[in-house]
Amino acid sequence: MASVHAIPSIEERFEFTSGAKRNLLIGGAIGLALIIIGAFLLANGSGHEAAHGAEHAAAAGADHGATAAQHEAGAAGGHGGSSWMTRIWANIWLNAVYFTGISVIGMFFMSYNYLAQAGWSVVFKRIPEALPSFLPVTGAVMLITFFLGGHDLFHWTHEELYDASNEGFDAIINGKKGFLNTPFFLIRLVLYFVGWYFLWTVLRKASLEEDQIGGLTNYDKSVKYGTAFLVFFAVTSSTSAWDFVMSIETHWFSTMFGWYTLASWHVTGLAVITLMVVTLRERGYLKAVNHSHLQDLGKFVFAFSIFWTYVWFAQFLLIYYANLPEEIIHYKERFSGYGGIYRAPFFINLILNFFFPFLVLMTRDSKRTHSILKLACWSIIVGHYFDFYNNIMPGTVGANAGFGPVEFGFILVFACAFIWFVSAQLAKANLIPRNHPMLEESLHHDIA
Amino acid sequence: MAELTGKYLVGVFDDDDVILHAIPKLRKAGVKIHEVYSPFPIHGLDDALGHPRTRIGIAAFLFGLTGATCALTMMTWMLGYDWPMNIGGKDYISLPNFIPITFELTVLFTAFGMVTTFFVTNGLSPNPAPVLFDPRSTDNKFVMAIEMGKNKMSEEDITKALKDLGAGEVNIKQF
Repeated sequence: MASVHAIPSIEERFEFTSGAKRNLLIGGAIGLALIIIGAFLLANGSGHEAAHGAEHAAAAGADHGATAAQHEAGAAGGHGGSSWMTRIWANIWLNAVYFTGISVIGMFFMSYNYLAQAGWSVVFKRIPEALPSFLPVTGAVMLITFFLGGHDLFHWTHEELYDASNEGFDAIINGKKGFLNTPFFLIRLVLYFVGWYFLWTVLRKASLEEDQIGGLTNYDKSVKYGTAFLVFFAVTSSTSAWDFVMSIETHWFSTMFGWYTLASWHVTGLAVITLMVVTLRERGYLKAVNHSHLQDLGKFVFAFSIFWTYVWFAQFLLIYYANLPEEIIHYKERFSGYGGIYRAPFFINLILNFFFPFLVLMTRDSKRTHSILKLACWSIIVGHYFDFYNNIMPGTVGANAGFGPVEFGFILVFACAFIWFVSAQLAKANLIPRNHPMLEESLHHDIA
Repeated sequence: MAELTGKYLVGVFDDDDVILHAIPKLRKAGVKIHEVYSPFPIHGLDDALGHPRTRIGIAAFLFGLTGATCALTMMTWMLGYDWPMNIGGKDYISLPNFIPITFELTVLFTAFGMVTTFFVTNGLSPNPAPVLFDPRSTDNKFVMAIEMGKNKMSEEDITKALKDLGAGEVNIKQF
């Protein structure tokens, strides 16, 4: 090598300082306060979105035309009295789904890197490795939310839909009964989280043991665990997407939805990993991460931002072109339904998740620059919140949606809790896996 | 590639590592190296020689932009003005319908444009006249060409420096 890089020390330990803990607690407290204030305002009806919303819902209903469409709009808007509670449940569900995605993508990233026997990513592998530690939290939150607010969120949980003698009987939803019923849903929900978390625990244990004793045993084991996870995730990524998000609009379905949600989760997870690597570097950690690692991470984010767009557009184009009433309603609701309140997030979604990162991350140098990487990652992280917002809100709160203190509050609470868990996990081990068999390759990663 | 003229010193090395380490030392001594020829790519050679980075990325972007513009203009003119057709009840000019073809032509223009650029800049026309300072650079030798016209140092000094740095032989090539 002509340009010989000096490799800095690989012995470094992330410190989860009491100052950071205090800041996270303050952040969480502010979030909680915002939620309480926001909920109070909504419950007392002074949140003027609610008043406007009622009119818009009527207009939207008239707009839709097709009978199936009207039913869906009715289902979305007509959950009765406590629309503000629905909005709270929807917010909890939205954030839980979003952060579940980021967490599980940490495991996904680890798994395909092990399966491909990739060397370059080893030096920062502790970061994706720390993400799934948040899974039990989101899993518990989802389980509790389903028990307490499932009726508000999921139209298919209503008994009368399945009773042929009832006027609320719905033949279409009744036909989905074999999959969409409460016991099976709960079994799946638990299975996802137990499966994902268990496989992560064994992978993590092998990784920590490798740090102490070295050797190849734990590496070989990790490849197996990673492969097992990929097989499991191949199925559960799709089914969980149907369960968590698609079943909210029970009539509607898209055969691309599993992919679509995986793509969304994946690019968000990659953006979080990249952002964490950059942030840690700026704070003096991960000195062994060089510009080639950063460029490859940037490429990953760039590529999967395009992949998400590809899937988004494929789904959109098929539905737009075929123009079938039961399918197009999904986009009509978002584009012009409910008085057009979802049109802004609809376009924000495309701008933040595709156009901005596409143009910003295109050049080689931008992928090697901290500030630009951070900008693009934040764009994707915020953008994909709106992606899920746009998928979850219309079917649950419909015309009563908005973006106020409640939304900000829940994001803040979830984000602070997430950072807390991940930081605590990072502090548990040496920040660079010192005995990983491919560490040497990773330290010399150079893509010119 | 422009036709070569003038007198060149040709250092022939046996080992890729030796030639790679010789380059910075020669450049430091003030020798201007024309080019290094190797049977296989040597990692870090471009950096060592101080070659400027390729601008093919910029070219690719411009080709892609041309492709996207052509596709959109073509479809807008065809379906909007020249021969409007009702397809699935959509507007004559409807952007979502145009995206797949726009994407295809962007990729096509970029791919063809980059290959063409690559051929032109590397002089790979049909029937190329290969520049070979030493035919063994296609087999097992690593060859460094130094243009005498662009170097102030004397022939003897450069020859000595090359030999000191591990060149097995130093020849003269006149074009």
